[in-house]
Amino acid sequence: MEAGTLTRSGAPRAGLRLPWVGAGLGRGMVVLYLSLIVLLPLAALTDQSLSSGLGHFWEQVTQPQAVKSLKLTLIASTIVVLINAFFGTILAWLLVRDDFPGKGVVNAVIDLPFALPTIVASLILIELWGDKSPFGVHIAGTRVAVVVALCFVTLPFVVRAVQPLLMEMDREMEEAAASLGAGGFTIFRRIIFPNLLPGLGAGVALAFARALGEFGSVLLFAGGLPDTQVSSVYIKQLIENGNDVGAAAVSVVLLAASLGCLVIVSLIQRWSNRHERSVEIDSTIMPFSGGGGDN
Amino acid sequence: MTGTTSSRWGLRVLGLGYVFILLMLPLAFIFYKTFEDGIAPPFEAITSPDGLHALKLTLISVAVAVPLNTVFGIGCALLLVRHRARGSALIDAVINLPFAISPVVIGLSLFLLYGKDGWFEPGLAEAGIEVLFSTPGIILACVFVSLPFVVRETVPVLQEIGTEQEQAASTLGANAWQTFWRITLPAIRWGVAYGVVLTTARVLGEFGAVSVVSGSISGQTQTLPLFVSKQYENFNLPGAFGASVLLAMLALTTLLAMNLLKRKEDA
Repeated sequence: MEAGTLTRSGAPRAGLRLPWVGAGLGRGMVVLYLSLIVLLPLAALTDQSLSSGLGHFWEQVTQPQAVKSLKLTLIASTIVVLINAFFGTILAWLLVRDDFPGKGVVNAVIDLPFALPTIVASLILIELWGDKSPFGVHIAGTRVAVVVALCFVTLPFVVRAVQPLLMEMDREMEEAAASLGAGGFTIFRRIIFPNLLPGLGAGVALAFARALGEFGSVLLFAGGLPDTQVSSVYIKQLIENGNDVGAAAVSVVLLAASLGCLVIVSLIQRWSNRHERSVEIDSTIMPFSGGGGDN
Repeated sequence: MTGTTSSRWGLRVLGLGYVFILLMLPLAFIFYKTFEDGIAPPFEAITSPDGLHALKLTLISVAVAVPLNTVFGIGCALLLVRHRARGSALIDAVINLPFAISPVVIGLSLFLLYGKDGWFEPGLAEAGIEVLFSTPGIILACVFVSLPFVVRETVPVLQEIGTEQEQAASTLGANAWQTFWRITLPAIRWGVAYGVVLTTARVLGEFGAVSVVSGSISGQTQTLPLFVSKQYENFNLPGAFGASVLLAMLALTTLLAMNLLKRKEDA
């Protein structure tokens, strides 16, 4: 957004300026903070991954267990994202268009995975669906557990990305379609779904990024068995074994995948802005930026 | 309009069933499981020296990381919205990084930067500052993972309020500082508060990054989430559940605060 340039005789653009410091110094401080907190550590990571040469990097990344964990991470994340795209859209629809007792509670509970520490989630899941399951369902330590844990942590992303779009959607088109004889499913497929697509895409990409890197919730529930080891758990194991270079190499691969997801999100946003689909940049990039509110 | 009554019920069963099994059942279960044998075992676990120390360390992390990221967040949001310039898009992109990167990768990055053979190691060793396996490392990890929230929540609110009132204030002779305190901050306060709540929740629950940099030494570098995992590994279930319930109650408080603030923000 362009800063206003309205100035009166001699009056500086007060209020449009950072207090204490000018924009230049402020920008310098922001860049310094980001560099110290975020960029330098990531640079050190990349540096370490390549410290023994590109050949060694490749060797570490193509270790059988490394490949296996990356594959599991990718496949599980894909499945999870599809499941949550389906249920997330239904939930968003229920929360916006439907009315039922307890709707407020459901709307609030959707954010639970954002608020609940992941290790707590893992502990509950293993007690609920592990050997001592009160329901007799034993999935702890299997690949299904990976999927369930990831479903838990990524559920809010799709709901919170789709919800604001549904709220803003003009219902006239749907009414027109219905008056022309379209059935419920046709209306959804031809009118609602295309309009939700940008939010759904952004939500899915964010959920995917989150699933790729998830650690705490998977740790206890799915465990570190060779067959259920996602990449983040594998990296942790390499660190514990003192293989810093290997850990850094696999981390860089994971990092690249996460960056890819962020790029996709920003492309979707740019596209939807150009097409004037009302995706507010910041309410979609982070689905929990107040996007769940009314209107 | 869309769908008949039966398809509406179908969607309700699917959607609400999913939420029930995935979210509500676990939430209810943790309370049931913790207090199965009364309130004494979980209470004893939390009030054990290690438990109390973990709680203290977690609160220290919150006390440092949250104000730091709040001040940064407001300043950065003002910069991004009111002083759009070349490079702002890049700053914007970097701010989103902590959302997308695996906590373990974040922990490892800090581990490599501050650990032995790390870039900062010589200087830090000389100054006698321990970062890894000690409180500063834990705090750095918490600051990293929770960095985006306040910025992300404040930017849209700043965009929405526009600059008219700020301009009016400055026309009437207010300086930048007065304008910020009297006009801008009151207008964005609910957005900022929402960001603060999310930041706090994230710092309270951070596990992956902290587990790499802290070494999880009981009574020394163990935060509450690390305490949960350690107790579980040691087969002390009441201890793990006691600490978990404490964290879950904090999470519920967070949810409540989020909902109240959302309403305020929209009002």
